Amino acid sequence: MHYIFDFSWIWDYGPVILKGLFVTVELTLVGAVAGVLLGILCAWIRTLGPEMLRPPVAAYVELIRNTPFMIQLFFIFFGLPSVGVQLSELQAANLAMIINLGAYSCEIIRAGIEATPKGQFEAGAALALRPLQTFRLVILVPALQRIWPALSSQIVIVMLGSAVVSQIAAEDVTFAANFIQSRTFRAFEAYMLSTAIYLLFAIALRQLLNQMGRWIFPKVAAR
Amino acid sequence: MQRRTFISRAFAATAAIAATLAGPLPALADALESIKSSGKLRVAVPQDFPPFGSVGADMAAKGYDIDMATLIAEKLGVKVELVPVTSANRIPYLQTNKVDLVISSLGKNPDREKVVDFSTAYAPFYNGVFAPAGLDIKSTADLAGKTVGVTRGAIEDLELTKVAPPSATIKRYEDNNGTISAFLSGQVEAVATGNVVAAAILERNPPKRPEPKFLIKNSPCYIGLGKNEPALLEKVNGIIATAKTDGSLNKIAEKWLGTSLPADL
Repeated sequence: MHYIFDFSWIWDYGPVILKGLFVTVELTLVGAVAGVLLGILCAWIRTLGPEMLRPPVAAYVELIRNTPFMIQLFFIFFGLPSVGVQLSELQAANLAMIINLGAYSCEIIRAGIEATPKGQFEAGAALALRPLQTFRLVILVPALQRIWPALSSQIVIVMLGSAVVSQIAAEDVTFAANFIQSRTFRAFEAYMLSTAIYLLFAIALRQLLNQMGRWIFPKVAAR
Repeated sequence: MQRRTFISRAFAATAAIAATLAGPLPALADALESIKSSGKLRVAVPQDFPPFGSVGADMAAKGYDIDMATLIAEKLGVKVELVPVTSANRIPYLQTNKVDLVISSLGKNPDREKVVDFSTAYAPFYNGVFAPAGLDIKSTADLAGKTVGVTRGAIEDLELTKVAPPSATIKRYEDNNGTISAFLSGQVEAVATGNVVAAAILERNPPKRPEPKFLIKNSPCYIGLGKNEPALLEKVNGIIATAKTDGSLNKIAEKWLGTSLPADL
């Protein structure tokens, strides 16, 4: 063994790591909540919403799903200031994650809505519910329940993808690892620590989403 | 239960991989000997740092550091192999023996001296804070309440982090392109960077002109080598000394920096 592990820097750089963790968690929570809400809205428009709004939403979904996340982020942070929209790195990172997850979750949720048996829409109408009420009270929850595992995975993917926000100087976990590496030259230890942080956070996030699934959705007989 | 087994297996696998990676590295022969026997000199050069190193329209690398690398390889009688690096990863490239030399506008500091050896200086370089003419900055204290962009891990990052007032915000970008873009798009009010970077921005005649405000550090560039390679170090220093006296280094300086070498280099 020629390599001697040295984690002595961890006390000096503890605040950087904690701040990084805080930023990654914040980006993930805001991105997940707002992104899924945006996804529900877009999925509703693409399936049941006004015809007029469908082409622009389809264009948004295709644009985001067919371009790299990093380019979307750079466009918002470095590009938009040219037309007078100046966002801080955290605002830009949050916005990029919301519009990214919004597009992907739109398609996932749309699949859930489209798999809804026709009888449920008719049942809503039979109870004299307006279309929007039918969507909200009858269709949405079972639709989300159907695609919850896929949606959970997409949220975890977006969380892991948030690593690139360090490129615009947002100080997340990846920034902390790069920062420590360039100060201490302890690349192995710094990336080992950041890998462990992402791994544990991803596992925790998945568990949280599973629990939420159990809590939100009514128990149904096993199929 | 099954999930727990999977996780513990994943950890075991990770530990096994880590153990393999941490195993003994092959003992290194004398670096000068291995350069001569392999017939090539592997040099880490900047890819995004004009005029020291950038990629031309023909996709070939060009710049002060590339000419320097070619000169040294020529004098050693071997072929040059250019390895493009960023300012954050150039030292890891040397530490992991992916290159023989770092000629990448590398500045000297005690932390770096712990992990690499340095030749004598081969290029003039100073760092300072640059901002548009309208911004009143004369010293570090004037940075209070302002946002300054730097390239993470670069010497101006390390220096400014030490001396900047607490209310100054330092934004650290991954590479110089990020730092320059952040300045030009108004994401930061000032940049701390090298004289040559500011000169390169000015050459493009941008709407926001980075004017020099104050000097952070005069830090000429050195060639980085692996630790404890006296034969290679002596050879490289000899080549630099000859190049300084016979005018070939001055020619490189005039070509890329537009000025002759300062007398104190």
